[in-house]
Amino acid sequence: MQTVKMVVTGPFSAGKTEFIRSVSEIDVVSTERKITASGERAIKNATTVAMDFGRITVDEDLVLYLFGTPGQKRFDFMWEILSEGMLGFIVMVDSSRPETFREARSILETFRAYAPTPYVVAANKQDVTDAWEIEDIRHALRLDGKVKLLPCVANDKTTVKNILLELLYSILAEMDGGDK
Amino acid sequence: MALRGNLRDFTVTQLLNLINLAHKTGTLVIEGPGEAARVAFRLGKLAYAQVGQEDNRLASVLHRANKLTTGQLRAIQTRAMQVSDKELGLLLINAGYLTQDDILNSLQSYFTDVVRRLFTWVEGSFRFENELLPPEDRITVRLDLENLIIEGARQLREWEQLQDEIPSLEMALKFIERPGTNIQKMNLSVEEWRVVSFINPRNTILQIAAAAKMSDLEIRRIVYGLLQAGLVEVIRPDGGLATAERVRPQVIVQNREEQKSLVNRLITRIRSI
Repeated sequence: MQTVKMVVTGPFSAGKTEFIRSVSEIDVVSTERKITASGERAIKNATTVAMDFGRITVDEDLVLYLFGTPGQKRFDFMWEILSEGMLGFIVMVDSSRPETFREARSILETFRAYAPTPYVVAANKQDVTDAWEIEDIRHALRLDGKVKLLPCVANDKTTVKNILLELLYSILAEMDGGDK
Repeated sequence: MALRGNLRDFTVTQLLNLINLAHKTGTLVIEGPGEAARVAFRLGKLAYAQVGQEDNRLASVLHRANKLTTGQLRAIQTRAMQVSDKELGLLLINAGYLTQDDILNSLQSYFTDVVRRLFTWVEGSFRFENELLPPEDRITVRLDLENLIIEGARQLREWEQLQDEIPSLEMALKFIERPGTNIQKMNLSVEEWRVVSFINPRNTILQIAAAAKMSDLEIRRIVYGLLQAGLVEVIRPDGGLATAERVRPQVIVQNREEQKSLVNRLITRIRSI
């Protein structure tokens, strides 16, 4: 049995747990704990303490694991552990909370430093009234035009599938690039 | 005759029992796998403890016990390095910051915690230095050992049970194919997640423990919990990495064509969801 993993990362409350839950074939194992910081409490009553974990069985010999990272900075010691051996990663950003864009950028750079694997950026909560336009988010995050920045609604399986597929296409393209 | 030996033959709990019964005064030095500990006793009672390079000066102990703020600790460490623990304790009491009980309770709690940590040490050597006590400027306590001995005995029993449940750490772990329906309500600690992130049929439990920097007791305790929760099962390792090899979760080296085939299988599967 071969196992591969992808990591879903992003700032606190970006929608990582929901994203994994949308496509995982097992109930997502997440460690939700009541939070204490008042600023965080205003957004969400509980947050992921360590990480989320979901699974997609491909066939008898291959399983894909999806690991979600904790959104809060104080758990960032887990990031390096999680990034080991990953096939690629997804950075989630809440399109309606521009105050988190800087942190998303910082998380993206940290993961790039851990492992130079392909990645995509998912602009979540595109169904929310206050959501920023995709191209505005690209500018705010200072993303190169080549970086895939994709619209996302984390509880909509179709958009989640699309993001996973785009990441896999990027991984494939990099492999093809390596062949040349 | 000098009291010295190996923890495999004589456990920490048995040593405490002996020191208690013989009303011994001196310092027990234990050389564990990664660090050493020094625990001092006066007439069979716990007086002082230190493990590895951990700062056990009064200011640090009080900070850990939330009796001093980080700012206060920093101020003491920068401006009062020459002040001994006894002098610092008197200054804090006289200034009305803390009571004598605050200080003694914090120290007792810290020393007890050090001894508790030693219960998980099953490898290493020990020696007892008769009449050797900590430096005069350190504050010592007088703590009965009976409760600690009972606690140590409980942990020893737990260790024996865990050895029965998980006899070999050379086995690997695998996530259960169809976990129970209650899995969503499962709460895992950071340490448990650390182990979960290394679970792979190719990694032995021993390798996971090394990668996660856990003792035998700690890894057995976590694996036992995951087994009981129905999240994982124990299997024979697949592929058998060399024991000293660094564990890398999920990564498998393949040639380019195999990698492409793998990604294409993933694409086909995701499309079908």
